[in-house]
Amino acid sequence: MSDPHAPSPAPAPSAPASAYDMGGRSEAEGAATFAVLVDNEPGVLHRVVGLFAARGYNIESLTVAETDRTRHTSRITIVTRGTPHVLGQIEAQLKKLVSTRQVQNVTTDPNGVERELALVKVRNGGPDRLEAKLLADIFRAKVVDTTTTGFIFEITGAPAKIDKFIGLMAPLGLIEVSRTGVLSIERAAEG
Amino acid sequence: MNAPSPTLTAPHQAAVSSGKEQLSGAQIVVRALVDQGVTHLFGYPGGAVLPIYDALFHEPRLQHILVRHEQGAAHAAEGYARSTGRPGVVLVTSGPGATNTVTGIVDALMDSIPMVVITGQVPTHLIGSDAFQECDTVGITRSCTKHNVLVKSVDDLAAALHEAFRIAVEGRPGPVVVDIPKDVQFALGPYTPPGETRPIHAYAPQRIPDRAAVIEAAQLIAGARRPLLYTGGGVINSGPAASLALRALARQIGAPVTSTLMGLGAFPADDPAWLGMVGMHGAYEANHAMHDCDVMIAVGARFDDRVTGRLDGFSPGSKKIHIDIDPSSIGKLVKADVAMVGDARACLEALSAEIARLPKTARPDPAARLAPWWDDIARWRERRGFAYRPSTSLIKPQWAIERLYALTRDRDVFITTEVGQHQMWAAQFYRFQEPNRWMTSGGLGTMGYGLPAAIGVQAAHPNALVIDIAGDASVLMTMQEMSTALQHDLPIKVFILNNEWMGMVRQWQQLLHGERYSHSYSASLPDFVKLAEAYGALGLRAERPDELDAAIQSMIDAPGPAILDCRVEATENCLPMIPSGKAHNEMILADDVEPLSQAIDEAGRSLV
Repeated sequence: MSDPHAPSPAPAPSAPASAYDMGGRSEAEGAATFAVLVDNEPGVLHRVVGLFAARGYNIESLTVAETDRTRHTSRITIVTRGTPHVLGQIEAQLKKLVSTRQVQNVTTDPNGVERELALVKVRNGGPDRLEAKLLADIFRAKVVDTTTTGFIFEITGAPAKIDKFIGLMAPLGLIEVSRTGVLSIERAAEG
Repeated sequence: MNAPSPTLTAPHQAAVSSGKEQLSGAQIVVRALVDQGVTHLFGYPGGAVLPIYDALFHEPRLQHILVRHEQGAAHAAEGYARSTGRPGVVLVTSGPGATNTVTGIVDALMDSIPMVVITGQVPTHLIGSDAFQECDTVGITRSCTKHNVLVKSVDDLAAALHEAFRIAVEGRPGPVVVDIPKDVQFALGPYTPPGETRPIHAYAPQRIPDRAAVIEAAQLIAGARRPLLYTGGGVINSGPAASLALRALARQIGAPVTSTLMGLGAFPADDPAWLGMVGMHGAYEANHAMHDCDVMIAVGARFDDRVTGRLDGFSPGSKKIHIDIDPSSIGKLVKADVAMVGDARACLEALSAEIARLPKTARPDPAARLAPWWDDIARWRERRGFAYRPSTSLIKPQWAIERLYALTRDRDVFITTEVGQHQMWAAQFYRFQEPNRWMTSGGLGTMGYGLPAAIGVQAAHPNALVIDIAGDASVLMTMQEMSTALQHDLPIKVFILNNEWMGMVRQWQQLLHGERYSHSYSASLPDFVKLAEAYGALGLRAERPDELDAAIQSMIDAPGPAILDCRVEATENCLPMIPSGKAHNEMILADDVEPLSQAIDEAGRSLV
């Protein structure tokens, strides 16, 4: 799995992996979030992660937990990158796993909701300290720990909002970030 | 090991309590196999699987074939499965028993062969302790099985086994590993017959194609002027009825038929519409037809790189209808214009019915409409792509296969192969008329596959003539299974095209590496005749063309196992060939004037 904070993740393969493919395809890469509902059984996470490793797909973030105890299902949310062709293959390969119940491309689904939580640690004082607190208020980040020389903020929201907040904290004494990775769910039906 | 647990009773003595029959885990395994219709197991005992072997001792309905190496068990199970359509079953112990099956498991995964591999495991309380003969079997096999499971409780065992058989055969078939710790084999638990357990997984692949896709495909086919059926192992896997449906559709639409290596036999080689195998060493006419067709109907084939050649030059002008039971195969390498997800038979029959339903004006008489296409094909056939220079002093390998076919064609014959030149010559020159008669390692390309596979085929078809067409290098990889053949009275025939080289490696070194034959010559080969005799089999040799027929006849007439060491011309190349990095219409032929070593350019050299 790649470090989500690395400057630029390794590109997903842009062409199918045929020994005879001479390259030459150029489709634009995009990010996608897949919500994968799986049977909660031993090794199931390894199956999904192993699939990505074996076929050369990239994982930018991954979250997993049992979400339905009675039906023994877990929800795995994977953020990945690839050309439309690769993303289509990822979806088909995920569906092919025997342990998979449902795969949803949350990014292309207009009803998909994506959220993430991050803990952001800053060490600062003086004007930087005030500025950090001010920005945190604007981003509706909570202070979950404070000392006279720093804060730990808890922020939730769309991944882009969190990226923005972390970017703003960088010159204000940012020390460490812990992110959950993207969680996703489908909007409830209307009416 | 710790002190025996209280459940360590004689496993064949069933106990009855609380209304439901209680069996030991080992008995549950044996009962489940019987209830699943299993007749043969291929295996090798060891510490962690002894309770199951003890239960087998009391079960006359299961015939156990004792191999000499667990890889042989896996390939034998594959041969059994490919020749019967039923899942092959392997029984091995933990640790090395399990790891030795891995090559066969990957082979089955790549070629979509239904297989259930039962592995013993150290007792549950020792798992993770690096116990003797412990390995993480489910971890090792997770990426090379269709599915696998470690059964930690005897209460789950029956359902897990029935589920393994269901998953192995349903949808795109494949291998399933069931890892059973030794304490679970001893423990008493309930047995539930198949049909009474609920499926564990929601897995339910689509069998019947979507109506819209059928209609779209039917219209494309009806309008085609240069249609081509390109069929693969999926047609074989779908059962003999799929081959009948293929033949009916080909007649109905008047289209020629080609096939992958895995699909040979689905369409009869004697039919005038048969073009021969497609791909790297395929027929000249088949490859040109692939390149020039306007509607390609791919059925249970996956556009493997050995078939397509250079992708950007692959059949550039055609609309492609891709029929496959595995949606991830469709559009993986080649864009499909019509995607039809479903079982090959169901899809072919639906297509036939839909085409018949089209108004007469929408489907003009194929004979007249496709005449120019058949003229093209006749021209390609005249090129005689499989031609080779005959010899009166040396046995040509191609001629050896032709003679083998001529002398066995009237028999009930099954052919297996190893991997390499001999495999391609067998595919080119042996003419298959029926499905399930051709067992070869296509996707993984496993040298050593053919001999144990022949054992599995012979076990399933005791009265048939089963021949492993082998190379001298491949056959030594699993030669020890001759001992298995003798022990179980399985009269397999091993027909070795002996050129003393790893022939395909030598050919590629000639083509790509400046004729530097690095470590591809097998010095000190055994005397195969004496080797056969050492095993108690019949050993034969043919060194000159005039000896060949008599030697083949002696081999097929032998009541028991036999090895024929057929000494063929050592440096014959397997042609025609699509050179690496070239398209279908750029094949090199045996009589091309250009030196072979210059046929592949710089870019093609880096490809496999």
